[in-house]
Formats: sequence, structure tokens, C-alpha cells
Amino acid sequence: MPAIVVENLGRTYQVYRKREGLLASLRGLFRREYRQVQAVNDVSFTIEEGEMLAFLGPNGAGKTTTLKLLSGLIVPTSGTATVLGHVPWKREDAYRRRFSLVTGQKEQLWWDLPAQESFRLHKEIYRVSTQDYNSRLQELTELLDVTELMSQPVRELSLGERMRMELIAALLHRPDVLFLDEPTIGLDVVSQRKVQQFLLKYQKEQGITVILTSHYMKDVEALCDRAIVINKGAVIHDGALAEIVDRFSQHKIVELHFASDSTPNGIDRYGVVLEDRPPMLRLQVEKQKVSAVLSQILAEYSIEDISVSERPLEDVIAELFSTEGG
Amino acid sequence: MSTSTSYSLKENIVASARVKWLILKTAMEERLVYRGDFAFATLVRFLPIVTQIFLWNAIFDNASIDGDTDRVLNGYSYANMVAYYLLVMVARAFSSMPGLANGIALSVRDGSVRKYLIQPVDMLDYLFWHRIAHKLVYYAVAIGPFCLVFWLCRDYLPGWPAPQVTLAWTCSLLMAFLIGFLIESLIGLISFWFLEVSSLIFVYMMMNYFLSGHMIPLEWISEWIPWVNYLPFKYLAYFPAAILLGRIPPETLVVELSIQASWIVVLLAANRVAFRYGVRRYGAFGG
Repeated sequence: MPAIVVENLGRTYQVYRKREGLLASLRGLFRREYRQVQAVNDVSFTIEEGEMLAFLGPNGAGKTTTLKLLSGLIVPTSGTATVLGHVPWKREDAYRRRFSLVTGQKEQLWWDLPAQESFRLHKEIYRVSTQDYNSRLQELTELLDVTELMSQPVRELSLGERMRMELIAALLHRPDVLFLDEPTIGLDVVSQRKVQQFLLKYQKEQGITVILTSHYMKDVEALCDRAIVINKGAVIHDGALAEIVDRFSQHKIVELHFASDSTPNGIDRYGVVLEDRPPMLRLQVEKQKVSAVLSQILAEYSIEDISVSERPLEDVIAELFSTEGG
Repeated sequence: MSTSTSYSLKENIVASARVKWLILKTAMEERLVYRGDFAFATLVRFLPIVTQIFLWNAIFDNASIDGDTDRVLNGYSYANMVAYYLLVMVARAFSSMPGLANGIALSVRDGSVRKYLIQPVDMLDYLFWHRIAHKLVYYAVAIGPFCLVFWLCRDYLPGWPAPQVTLAWTCSLLMAFLIGFLIESLIGLISFWFLEVSSLIFVYMMMNYFLSGHMIPLEWISEWIPWVNYLPFKYLAYFPAAILLGRIPPETLVVELSIQASWIVVLLAANRVAFRYGVRRYGAFGG
């Protein structure tokens, strides 16, 4: 049974168009120009229970707006959506008890108090029994390695520690659906990895449905098998993460190890030289020319070792968004 | 996957009471974190009371002819005026809501209002209990200086009021708190439309100062602005003080208290409507 069904969802914002300069500002006092921005445009997808899906797209693509719609924060201008059978923007308590939204902004905790005070309030708000609360809190604090920090005011925690506390607050009531909007933004590599590992383990154990948006492809590759790529408010890909490289990348990477100590001149006629570290050279070659290029190179030069690989997901996504104009 | 749980009415009431209690408790803890700043701010608020009493002293001195110290200005002797002013300050300790409207506006602007929309809580209810916590902590600290000021000015005060007057006064103070809260939260909710409401708050503060009887007794204003009696502002300061000073005739007391209660109903309804439509307009700013 699908946990999330989205059909032709759209959301338009009216944005005040401010022209440059003081004179324009004064004119703006009397007459304002507005323009319509289509943040989400005719988006449709279905997510099954227990699936973990990545939402990819450049800034302003409509990822966060979609998550806001699914959390009931904003009302769509067109289309429908149901999450666990609820229409999110009706904001029924029965729905609000079953999902969580975690954003990089981290705002669920009381700043001047230890996180455990906020957790206690969450316990009551979400009506978690004392027994469940104690066992979940112990489990989550151990998994996220924050047991020692429970009595420290939130303002004294590092960004990574605060993020982990936010995750605990979001999961204490065992939501069935979790929306993660850039959960590792601004975190160092160690904290990022901790959060990744935790999410992977927790999602597998609890079988919750997760939508993740992230600019870190490492997050996405570590956690999700399926990805929806969204740009300018519209879905441009919905399928396996691995397919993105295959579908959108026009190139492959050819790594050559020459028999001599140097790399030859003129090799750039076969493709773009990405790295030249004699005797190794990495070349970006158009996909359909790979076999022709390989046979020519092998015929022309003395090669010790050769390998062909896909381009990293991160590069493909970056290229995709820059060509799509994101 | 778990399915949604339905709760009985009794469970809902108990759970809701527990949430309110936890908000109250947590907000009180939060309030006590910056104890130095808090204690200082509370005590500094007493300075204007002292200066105002001196100011009225100077005004009455100037107005008196040939040392006639019993001069009465518009129905108020100097003693009446000091008593009125002190009781107005007590009422304002209930009805003033520093930072409430601004806090709501800021949370709409920076997006932190989303926590009230995502979690199964009622934003107004949450802010209400949060505010009660602020007030309780404030009273705990302010009661000492208040008692001291009242003791120093004891000669100006009328005697202990009758029990029914004390009861009416207590009711009017509690309702002053509710009206003050609801007006400020309503101004805060307007930020769903305009984002920035600081000028609106400024206008409200000005009107409050003049029309609540904070600056001068309301009888003096109602001579040239008769409609001042039909506004909710008078219940924020003048009305509770006037009850205790015996300036509200007993036959109109119940009517006045009922009008005060009606304002609460009207303002509560306005808050609910503003929240409902405001959230629909909300664009979830701040990322």
C-alpha cells in the first residue's frame, strides 16, 4: 500500500518584484509589481510504505516546497496529495502524530534548556507512554551517541550534536513518515557519517517511510535506492538512483596507465583530460565513442592498464542542473 | 506500520492538561536561566512608578493655592491619584504582554512558527501557557517590591475593600490578562499578512497608554472622547483600579464585568479567524 500519493501537485507563490534603487523603492510604496512563481508544477509520484527516497534538485527547484506541502505547512494551488491516508494541509492531529519534519534549521528544541526538557514536552504533546519514552530515548541517545550531552543546554551544543538531538525529538513518537530536509547541512564529515549511519539503521529497523532532500550526494548514495529529480518545479526523473548516471551522463571516465614514465601529447583529441599524473591519465570520453577511442588508443600507445567507469553521481547531477538551468 | 489512534474525551482532557502543565513548567525553567538579567529588568520596571508619583506630587503642588494641599483635580485628590496609579500598575502587571506580538511576527518571518503547525499543538494555547509561566515568575520576583511600594504609600490607599469588591477586582485582573494576551496575539497574527508589525505594535502601545487609563484616569479622557468607554482598552488598566477605588457603582459592576468578558469572547473569535486564514496565506518563509 502506498504511504504517499501525490497527484498533479502545484504551488504558486506571488512574489513582490523590487526594482533596484531608492526611486523604485519609493514608487513601490504606491504601486507594487508582483510576479507568479511556480514553485511546484504538476508533480506526481507514489511512495510505498517503508521506502526511503531521495529528492534531488538544485536550490529553488521545488524540493522544500513539496516537503512543506506534504507536512501541511502550506496549501497547494492545484492537485492533491495524501500521506498515510490524510490530506496533509488539513493538519489533523491524527496525521500530525504520525509524521515528523526535520530541517537543517533545527528549531524544535528550547535553546536555553537541556534537550531532555524539550523531549519531555514532546512526550506529552505526542502522548508517548512513560515506558515507551524511556526505552526509545535510551535507544536513540545510544545510537546517536549523545547520552553524555542530555543535561547540557542546547545552546552549548555543537551543530552536529544539536542536529542529533533534533533527530531524537523528531523520532520519539515513532513517526511512520519522516521528511528530512537537508539534515546534514553544515555538519562536519564525522557528524555527517554518524547521522547517515543512524538513519540507515533506524529506517531498516523501523521500516518507516522517508523522503530525504540533500545536496550531499554521499548522503543520498548511502541511504536511498530510489530518487526523484526535480527541477523548476517539475519531476524530470523518477527511478533507481543508479539510473540517473546512466540516463543523464553523456560521458564515461577512461583511466589509462602508460608503459612509459610520461603521458603522451595530443591525447586530448580523444576527450577531455581530467587528470594528468604520469604515467596515469584520466580522460572524459563521450559514451558512444568509448569503444572506438579505446581501440585507437590501444593501437597507438603502449598501455599497461586501462579501466572505464561511470562518472560520479555528484558530477552528473551538477552537470544536469547546470544544463537544465537550475 | 502503526495506525492512527483515537482517544476518548477523558483521555483528551487529561493529555491536554499534561501538555499545558509541561509547557508551563518548561517555560518557567527557561525564564529562570538568565536570572541576573531577569531580576534586574523586574526591579528596573519599578523606577517609573516612583518617578510618576513624584510627578503627580509636583502637579498637585503647582495646582494648589496657598498651601491648600487637599486640592482635587477632576475628582482626584493627590492621595486618590497615587492610589489610582499604583492600582493601575497592578492591572498592567496582568495585562501587559512584552514581546508577545513581536515574538509571533518574528516566528512567522523566520519560519520557526512551523513547529506549531507540524506538531499536534494549538499555537495560541501553547503561547498562552508560555505567557502564564512568564507572568508567574515575574510575580514571584515583583511581589516584594510591589509590597514595599504599597507599604510606603499606605497612607494614600483606601482601606481593605469588601470581599465582593475584592472578588470583582480579582476577576477583572484575570480578564485583563486575557484581553491583553488576545489583543497582542491578534496583532502578532497579522504578520501572516504583513510580516512586519512593529509599527502596528507601536500604535497599539500608544493607544493603550492613553485609552487604558495608564497615563491619566479615564474619566478625564472620556469627557472629550466619550467613545473611550466602548473600547476594550479600559479593561487593561483603568477598570480593575476603579473597582478597588469604588469608582464603579455597584449596580453597574456586573454589567461592566460582563462587557469585559464579552470582549474576551470577541477577541478570541478574532484570533481564531485570523489564525485560520493567516495559516492559509502562510508561505512558510525561511527555507
